[in-house]
Amino acid sequence: MKRQRNIEITVGAFMLLGICALAFLAIQVSGLSLSSAHRDTYHLKARFNNVAGLTNRSQVKVAGVVVGYVTGIHIDPVTVRAVVDMAIDKDVDYLTTDSIAAIKTSGVLGEQYVSISVGGEPDMLADGGVIRDTQSALVLEDLIGKFVSNMGKN
Amino acid sequence: MLGMLQRLGATGLEVAAAFGRAGVLCWQSLWGLPDWRNGPALLLRQLYFVGVFSLVIIMVSGVLIGMVLALQGYTVLVRFGAEAALGQLVSLTLLRELGPVVAALLFAGRAGSALTAEIGLMKATEQLSAMEMIGVDPMRRVIRPRLWAGIISMPILAQVFNMVAIYGAVAVGVYWLGVDPGSFWSNMQKVVEFREDVLNGVIKAFAFGIVVTWIAVFEGYDAEPTSEGISVATTRTVVFSSLAVLAMDFLLTAVMFGVD
Repeated sequence: MKRQRNIEITVGAFMLLGICALAFLAIQVSGLSLSSAHRDTYHLKARFNNVAGLTNRSQVKVAGVVVGYVTGIHIDPVTVRAVVDMAIDKDVDYLTTDSIAAIKTSGVLGEQYVSISVGGEPDMLADGGVIRDTQSALVLEDLIGKFVSNMGKN
Repeated sequence: MLGMLQRLGATGLEVAAAFGRAGVLCWQSLWGLPDWRNGPALLLRQLYFVGVFSLVIIMVSGVLIGMVLALQGYTVLVRFGAEAALGQLVSLTLLRELGPVVAALLFAGRAGSALTAEIGLMKATEQLSAMEMIGVDPMRRVIRPRLWAGIISMPILAQVFNMVAIYGAVAVGVYWLGVDPGSFWSNMQKVVEFREDVLNGVIKAFAFGIVVTWIAVFEGYDAEPTSEGISVATTRTVVFSSLAVLAMDFLLTAVMFGVD
């Protein structure tokens, strides 16, 4: 009977260890916080000439703080520009209609993200709104190309 | 020429029959109402033998693999000045691939072979027939708790492996090689997604658990009841389940992380 009890305790500890490991992976490794998973968002669109390396789930930042993420990128067949759909946290309600969206790179080789600079208009962007002023991604190859051709002229 | 063709056909039929017997075994052992009186105690015993006994080898190899990953990753990343990305390299490698796969291979070697040998010996010494004679169904009494124990243990072992390996990587990367702990963890948390990476790893481990235990139990039950037969069956368990794990890993990876 004693032996059976020991087995029970050991197996219980084994199961708990498994649960602890999963909790560790969830919280410490994947940085999951329960509140952020169900955060309310609203959607904005922005049209860019070139999105370069922007992908789904890329971050959207205001003043360097993450306020949302990219939910989809597709091309508008009429204007042939890239349309980027973004989900922005509900509590970020201070994006004016003249905000500027720019695609930037964190570091030289880092990931690309959408940076929104807030303007001065009194009207705010609502769900489904479109950011009109945009700056396309800086493509490093183009820059180098320009630089090299300028060097040639001098 | 004709003889070769004949042997090929015979082998094909034998393989098909083995798959059929494995399916029947699974059906017979898992079908039917759970046995509430003896079931929990039997399952607990098997969890103890299959899961808890595998814990030491899983944890030791986890630490070592984490340390090696950190060391190798560091030597490459430091050349680009990107050693802060060590955390995401190690955690993604472990969560998506190495954790479930290596844990399953170790599990096949440690627990799968033991299951096969045990059941094979039970068959060779006619314990299984004796059970049938006294009206106990060996499928329910012997096979079912072992199958469940393997299926339950494997995801737990894989997650423990991941956790221990990440700490092994922290030990080497942060405390020995001097990667900044803040950027190590924050880069990791930024990249790893709970559903995409952690849960898919759990699903993988679960699938490997089913395959490895199923093969182990079947090989034991299907073994020739001689000492040689048991040794052949044990070898086959390790070989087949390792191959099955690697093949399934490719399929699961293609489904989970493939280009859509």
